Amino acid sequence: MCRWAAFGIAAPNRFVMRRSAQERRWVCSRRALRLAAVATLMLVGLSSLARPQSADAALEIAEVAAGLFVHFGANALMTAENEGGIANVGFIVGDDAVAVIDTGGSVREGRRLLAAIRTITAKPIRYVINTHAHPDHVFGNAAFAREGAAFVGHRNLPRAFSVRGPFYLSAFRRIMGDVLDGVELVPPQRSVDGETKLDIGNRVLTLHAWATAHTDNDLTVLDDITQTLFTGDLVFLRHIPVVDGSLRGWLAALKPLATFAAKLAVPGHGPAAAWPLALDDERRYLERLAQDCRALIARGTPIAEAAVTAGVSEKSHWELFEAYNARNATAAFAELEWE
Amino acid sequence: MGFDATDKSELRSMARQGIRILWMLAFATVLGVSSAQPLTAADPEDAWPGLARDIFNGRDLADGTGVIAIEMPYRAEDAAIVPVTLRTALPPGDTRMLKAITLVIDQNPAPVAATFQVGPRVTMISTRVRIDSYTNVHAVAELSDGQLYASAVFVKASGGCSAPTAKNAEEAKANLGQMRFRQFSKPADGPTGGPREAQIMIRHPNNSGLQRDQVTLLYVPAFFVTELHVWQGEELVLAMDSGISISEDPNIRFDYLPNGATHFRVEAVDTDGHVFKREWPVDAAM
Repeated sequence: MCRWAAFGIAAPNRFVMRRSAQERRWVCSRRALRLAAVATLMLVGLSSLARPQSADAALEIAEVAAGLFVHFGANALMTAENEGGIANVGFIVGDDAVAVIDTGGSVREGRRLLAAIRTITAKPIRYVINTHAHPDHVFGNAAFAREGAAFVGHRNLPRAFSVRGPFYLSAFRRIMGDVLDGVELVPPQRSVDGETKLDIGNRVLTLHAWATAHTDNDLTVLDDITQTLFTGDLVFLRHIPVVDGSLRGWLAALKPLATFAAKLAVPGHGPAAAWPLALDDERRYLERLAQDCRALIARGTPIAEAAVTAGVSEKSHWELFEAYNARNATAAFAELEWE
Repeated sequence: MGFDATDKSELRSMARQGIRILWMLAFATVLGVSSAQPLTAADPEDAWPGLARDIFNGRDLADGTGVIAIEMPYRAEDAAIVPVTLRTALPPGDTRMLKAITLVIDQNPAPVAATFQVGPRVTMISTRVRIDSYTNVHAVAELSDGQLYASAVFVKASGGCSAPTAKNAEEAKANLGQMRFRQFSKPADGPTGGPREAQIMIRHPNNSGLQRDQVTLLYVPAFFVTELHVWQGEELVLAMDSGISISEDPNIRFDYLPNGATHFRVEAVDTDGHVFKREWPVDAAM
């Protein structure tokens, strides 16, 4: 079905692959290789001098409810310096065992979370729950691989790991270098579809798998005893929300989410907050974004222009606004164009 | 340890050269971060000379300045949806016409994003592409005399959770093949006769086939729109021959000159041989 002939020209080959160019890059003389090795050794030496290794110092944690601990991540982008430690990660201690909720943005952060757990309890870690597939929440998984824990995630989590994993690994290798060593996207042994209850010894956790909202693999964890809700990135506070699933789906999810029997929420990013008040800022931002995009679409504004306009009135309310708002506007515009 | 003199002096000289390389690396890093210009042909890492040779069979590429321009954000905010606008212009008195534009994303796994064949009155094409990493993007215009003109921009892929893949895989499957057509007036022009803009949208996941399903351990088969044609009456306005770098839900906006026809007709074909067809009346009110 090729109609190039109608134009009287040959069709360019769209299946040209870059392999040949990459292969050429490997052609390198032995001497250059030895020089590169010396330079690398020097770099390694310099970098280890610059970054003192305190062997897996425990992460700073806060007990936000009885037996429920959180390390609050910095509102920042993942870097080598912060070891990817930008998301909230936590754990809940039951009578028999521990459940970990998210593992952080590097294996090192995961190991430091494990060290923090061991300052509180020697009980076995029974579950490692991933609230969704984003790197800042799951890159620490490998630190728990030898703990005998079952990894738990949304039924869409394995697909997200396979579709996005290789991109995440190479993109963050560029940004974080060897801090990324050892990262493995451990797929869940237990997947959650709808609702699942996990028992860690007289303490039941209710896991809820959501339809596409922040991502297409969002999972929340409710600690029934203390009525504390780990929202994953379904809730952002202070850190601008990031739309990577569906804006409409997210706004729709906020209604049932608000009815959850919780007193306190631990968001994916930002401080713990009273429930459901914790949803107010995020709802306002997402509604503003949707409203702006709809108006721009109705006017026939091109997407590139919309990306720098939609949502800007929210700027003063959020950290990392510059890093994510244009991205959110782009994704929201492309989604809402189909309404 | 038994190093002889030659070994030691060679080691010393290698150490000196190592330091030199470190400095060069440091400078390269600084330059790499601050430079918004496309990589030059002299750079050994530049994939373009080889790509250009393979794609255009060694034909000469003239400098496209003033003939073809690429508008893209310097930073790809969302790696899955990076807007790109191609604009063409010919100097006054130049009687040649634009025939085709090839869009190449140098560092993507399949660099040729699309080739657009254009009707006689198209000067602007906008679409959305996936960007895998920091890359040069080239647009090559072919004129009616067969001469090729190339322009380039550099695009920085964003970090964060931005990935060049579907955000909502279920929905993508459920809505396959839906089409929308929008017509826009250009406020700068009068009510009749001037150029207008239109936009064609098709629901399609445009899977790249580069991903592996972790449950079945099989590669997800490539599944994308390969061809798209837009006619105004019987006249072809635009044809796209496309690959996996075009974003999910292919979306193309273009300008055209009304030719008096009453209908637009659109036909798209994907890798599975699905044919998606629809017609829309030309909006005469605009």
